[in-house]
Amino acid sequence: MATDLARARLLTGGEAMVEAMRQIDPDVVPVYPITPQTPIIQGYAKAIADGRAHGEMINVESEHSAMSAAIAAAAAGARTMTATSSQGLALMAEVVYIAASMRAPVVMALGNRALSGPINIHCDHSDSMLIRDSGAIQLFAESAQEAYDLTVLAPRLAEHPDVLLPVIVCVDGFTITHSAEPVELVADEQVRAFVGEYRIPHPLLDIANPTTQGPFAMPDYYYELRRQQAAAIEGSLAWFEEIAAELQELTGRRCGAVETYRLDGAKRALVCLGSTAGTAKDVVDELRDAGEEVGLLRICSYRPFPADEIRTALADVDDAIVLDRADSPGGGPPLAVEVGYAAGPVRSHVYGLGGRDLHPADLRDVFAGTAGHYVGLRSEPCPA
Amino acid sequence: MGGLKPWTALEPGGVVVRDDAVQPVTGGWRTGLRPEADLSLCVDCLLCWLYCPDSAVKLDGAAFAGFDLDHCKGCELCAAVCPTGSIRMVRDGD
Amino acid sequence: MSRLKTLVREEHGVPPLRGGHSLCQGCGIPMVVRTVLDSIEGPKVVVSATGCLEVATTRFPTTAWNVPWLHLAFENAAAGASGVEAAYRALRRRDGLPQDDELTIVAFAGDGGTYDIGLQALSGALERRHRFVFVCYDNEAYMNTGIQRSGATPFGAATTTSPAGSAVLGKMQQRKDLTAIAAAHGIPYAAQSAAGPHWQDLSVKAARAAKADGPAFLNVLADCPLGWGHEARVSPSIVGGAVESCFWPLYEIDDGRWRLTYEPAEKQPVEPWLREQKRFAHLFQPGAEDVLDEIQRRVDADWERLVERCGGPA
Repeated sequence: MATDLARARLLTGGEAMVEAMRQIDPDVVPVYPITPQTPIIQGYAKAIADGRAHGEMINVESEHSAMSAAIAAAAAGARTMTATSSQGLALMAEVVYIAASMRAPVVMALGNRALSGPINIHCDHSDSMLIRDSGAIQLFAESAQEAYDLTVLAPRLAEHPDVLLPVIVCVDGFTITHSAEPVELVADEQVRAFVGEYRIPHPLLDIANPTTQGPFAMPDYYYELRRQQAAAIEGSLAWFEEIAAELQELTGRRCGAVETYRLDGAKRALVCLGSTAGTAKDVVDELRDAGEEVGLLRICSYRPFPADEIRTALADVDDAIVLDRADSPGGGPPLAVEVGYAAGPVRSHVYGLGGRDLHPADLRDVFAGTAGHYVGLRSEPCPA
Repeated sequence: MGGLKPWTALEPGGVVVRDDAVQPVTGGWRTGLRPEADLSLCVDCLLCWLYCPDSAVKLDGAAFAGFDLDHCKGCELCAAVCPTGSIRMVRDGD
Repeated sequence: MSRLKTLVREEHGVPPLRGGHSLCQGCGIPMVVRTVLDSIEGPKVVVSATGCLEVATTRFPTTAWNVPWLHLAFENAAAGASGVEAAYRALRRRDGLPQDDELTIVAFAGDGGTYDIGLQALSGALERRHRFVFVCYDNEAYMNTGIQRSGATPFGAATTTSPAGSAVLGKMQQRKDLTAIAAAHGIPYAAQSAAGPHWQDLSVKAARAAKADGPAFLNVLADCPLGWGHEARVSPSIVGGAVESCFWPLYEIDDGRWRLTYEPAEKQPVEPWLREQKRFAHLFQPGAEDVLDEIQRRVDADWERLVERCGGPA
């Protein structure tokens, strides 16, 4: 995923997503602030105030209303985007399920942040995990560049006639949202041409063809409606790959459901989501230089879960080590359980909860097998 | 209503296109009485039309044109509000 | 043309809400819905909160709605309406709608979805000045889930979560004055009305609400034969009785000016009206006199304050 430094601008992940939003120029943007997604909605608001974006921005009174207004606007016939994190996602969780079941192609930026309690504004993936069963698509960016690329791609995926689902672009809170990196942008008119016109099968505001949307279903139909929805997200993986290939023609960079890094001949491999992959790649390089056969599998599409791709990538890896930046108290960590389900037994670690940094030394310990299950946890007193 | 549709035959999102929906018959809710209008007393005030919770009063333009017995539930509101006594409840099936 | 015939004409032969739904026999809600929608000119789009109206009219794959209709969840009818309204404005601006007609967005929610769980979204939508009409069909309890008390349930009424028993005589809190709360947002139009024998009052107000340049709020009494405990066929007199006793006054706040739209020729005591409903039956056992007195006292005090606010008796 090479960014051409000569053509790049120095942008935080948040700023990069603002650029993407501005270029997409959605019709309706209902938002509510929460750290660390605020730079996104603030940047978009400034773009509106300066006349560089033209949507209806609605500063709603809670995240629950943000997603509610978003579904309504999308159903009405308007391209709609929003953003949230952590508690905001938790509050709107009910409506995220509804967005998916109503097949509303809303695009949402998620600044991954730890769920309370205690209240914490820093990065982990517990918020994404909360809604993993919602039916919404979740794509995890590794960097500010990928945050931009995935946001540009998202409306195409969400609005594909065989998909019609909310797409959530997940970006590590602070690590991606607030950290400046080189980001290469696509030209405004190229993004407009790429995302195209918003079209849905039954716009609510088509008065001549009235529809009833958001029905009540009894046991005789709920199951079938849910199965239909599941089929849509399952099928979306293929459309993601196809649309990513099309985007590659504009950017030279290829997004994919997974990214393999030096997995050829690797006997041990880390598996992770998000920006931790950057640190992991450095450690993989270092260990490879020392003659160790190690590699990395980064999962970008968490939902839909690319089980086949993961199984294939890990086929010759003896020791797959899944890193979860979330926990499921009393059960297996979510990513480890799912990778294990797809590809056979794995080693599992939890790390980075509530924004705890993960250092290269931690990953060396993980590869060596000397790290505890909760990597980097303080089990002894330590000077400040 | 026809049989139940398979999951592959449903509109995405459970959208119901008005023109494709078939309404259930709720006339079976009546428990023995149905409304009947004596047209010689009816003054086309249309109060029954407005009061009916089931939209079961038919109109011809702005004139009373009978009851939709497929959907009348026999609540008797039409008889209660009719100002001329035109509407009475009679035995269903008569 | 008579007002009623105007309503007929607005339907163009197609009622916004048709038969085949599973609302109770004699339910008070459809009359509210049809009176409101038929009093508004031009195409309408409806957003509904979860509740009796929504559940009973949209069992998949049927629908009783002949107008575009959207339901999301229980507490967010006003947020949904906000989203539709923003989309409408955005699409109109870029000529992205299949028709040119000006349409009116009408949200319907029960008292539960308005006074309680829906209050936040309503308040936000009113504050943001979206142009839509929010109609609360107030039957004074969570009827759809089995008659539980809401913030709109009157003092002394029995519900399944505020039952009357030997220790407690029903709901012991006074209900909220939601019409005043809505008006306090400074919106162009808010009103309290009822269907039944006061359908004309409702019709006039619905038309005014739709013409407001901003959000409008209608709090409409809708009786529930099952929840209130009376036969369907006496609904008109039950609704009428609520108004004649000043238990449910009819008034409007038009651009901040409070105005009574109906004054009973003779204000009736509230007790006979309470007697007609099983939800108040326990108040007529020995030992409940204080509650009855308090109900009358409060109706009187509220009415007096309202009359004064409206600039004295008409």
